[in-house]
Amino acid sequence: MLNDFFIRALVAGIGIALVTGPCGCFIIWRRFSFFAGTLAHSALLGVTMAVFFEINIAFAVFLISTSLAIILLQLQKKTKLPNDALLGLLAHASLAVGLVILGFLSSIRFDIMGLLFGDILAVNQIDLMFIWIGGALILVILKIIWKPLFASTVNYELAEAEGMKPDRANAIFTILMAAIIAISIKIVGLLLITGMLIIPAAMARNISNNPQQMVFLSVVGGLLSVVIGLFSSLEFNTPSGPSIITAALILFCFSLIKFKKYSELKK
Amino acid sequence: MNKNNKKTLVKVEKAGLKINGKSLVDGVSFEVRQGEIVTLIGPNGSGKSTTAKIALGIHNNIEGVAKKFTDKIGYVPQKISIDWTLPIRVIDFMFLTNDLKNEQINVALNLTGVEHLKQKNVSDLSGGEFQRVLIARAIAKKPEFLVLDEPVQGVDFKGEIAIYELIKKISEEFNCGILLISHDLHMVMSATDYVICLNGHVCCSGKPHVVAQDNRYKELFGDRASKVLTLYEHKHDHTHSQDGTINRK
Repeated sequence: MLNDFFIRALVAGIGIALVTGPCGCFIIWRRFSFFAGTLAHSALLGVTMAVFFEINIAFAVFLISTSLAIILLQLQKKTKLPNDALLGLLAHASLAVGLVILGFLSSIRFDIMGLLFGDILAVNQIDLMFIWIGGALILVILKIIWKPLFASTVNYELAEAEGMKPDRANAIFTILMAAIIAISIKIVGLLLITGMLIIPAAMARNISNNPQQMVFLSVVGGLLSVVIGLFSSLEFNTPSGPSIITAALILFCFSLIKFKKYSELKK
Repeated sequence: MNKNNKKTLVKVEKAGLKINGKSLVDGVSFEVRQGEIVTLIGPNGSGKSTTAKIALGIHNNIEGVAKKFTDKIGYVPQKISIDWTLPIRVIDFMFLTNDLKNEQINVALNLTGVEHLKQKNVSDLSGGEFQRVLIARAIAKKPEFLVLDEPVQGVDFKGEIAIYELIKKISEEFNCGILLISHDLHMVMSATDYVICLNGHVCCSGKPHVVAQDNRYKELFGDRASKVLTLYEHKHDHTHSQDGTINRK
């Protein structure tokens, strides 16, 4: 039997998969997966802020993730530490600070597990609205900046020389990443959102030979992961977020078989 | 066409670039006009690519002035590496910065002799093939200003001559200005109107045969280059017409 909450979770998950599909491709192409993970880790701080100031969680997470991206840019200018060290620093520092502040707010009961791994039961109408309206907005903006973003992914200087304004596209994409994390944190959880972004896109890479195809297959992979994951979560009583990611992993493994065949064929 | 009436496409005045206090290039001035080929030559690390990037407006904190008077720009960078994670065919690559018609793409790929590679994945191309695709992409939209940074690297000798001839043809047919970077003057000599010899600064500049005779040029490139040029000069006599214009065979 399908309950209301399950339908809501399904609708939410489908909305998220439609957005993470194309964005995940860019994250893989640009080697941004660790960056996306760092933004996701900062979401805990965002949630804490939301609870403290009594504002919408998605909105607070979006603000904090965007600020974190700006802080990263400043750090990159101020020190010569390698990027991965800075990202690790920010990811775990923001997670720790979020948990410390949460400790001070001991009067508020909080479902930490739900935050880390996603909570199907917690999805309400407002979340759905945020996911679908926010998601549609993200996709529209991504469509607008697609060409400059893609050109700068292939070669920054070429994009700059031929007037594509890559800096602007890159900055907008960072904001889009923060927005995706904000709308999907509740259903997939902050530890697993990077998986949702990367695994379907990685799967798609194995079985595609042009960018459009990879984006399409990444969306299909994400949708399948959500549907399979949620139904098995219902069937086996497993947590929703991890079930979705596990489904994505299984699809990825299948894509490896196809990829092997394809490579052999080429030889 | 009146030679003095050619539109200036790019003007660089006393331009230089320092990164972390180290000067990469300093005090470079030149202009590229319609239908004109300007060649930058110089040894490794002499600032050729940097100068081209200054002209293109890629570097923002330069000394001096670099002004572009056109938006229709085609650029063939010296190095471009496309990661395996990005699946991209030649046809997708052609659309990178422009909305082109299929016909324009076919014409451009045909000009550089790689039309048969259209559906191939970029990561499966050889260095020379990819170089031809890069050139095709840059010329497909008929740019007004074309920058070619070592366009023949990885291309075999026969292809090299063909590409230089193509560059000459593009400059004439599209009436576009070309900034060409090369490390061997004798190869580009017939296809260039003005040569700038760089070595961190402008070492000498002028018409190609003038630069080739310049002692500063000979010093910079050493004995071997002068010998190559002597060899070239021999051929050069036969392809020179009375009024001094250079004719190709």
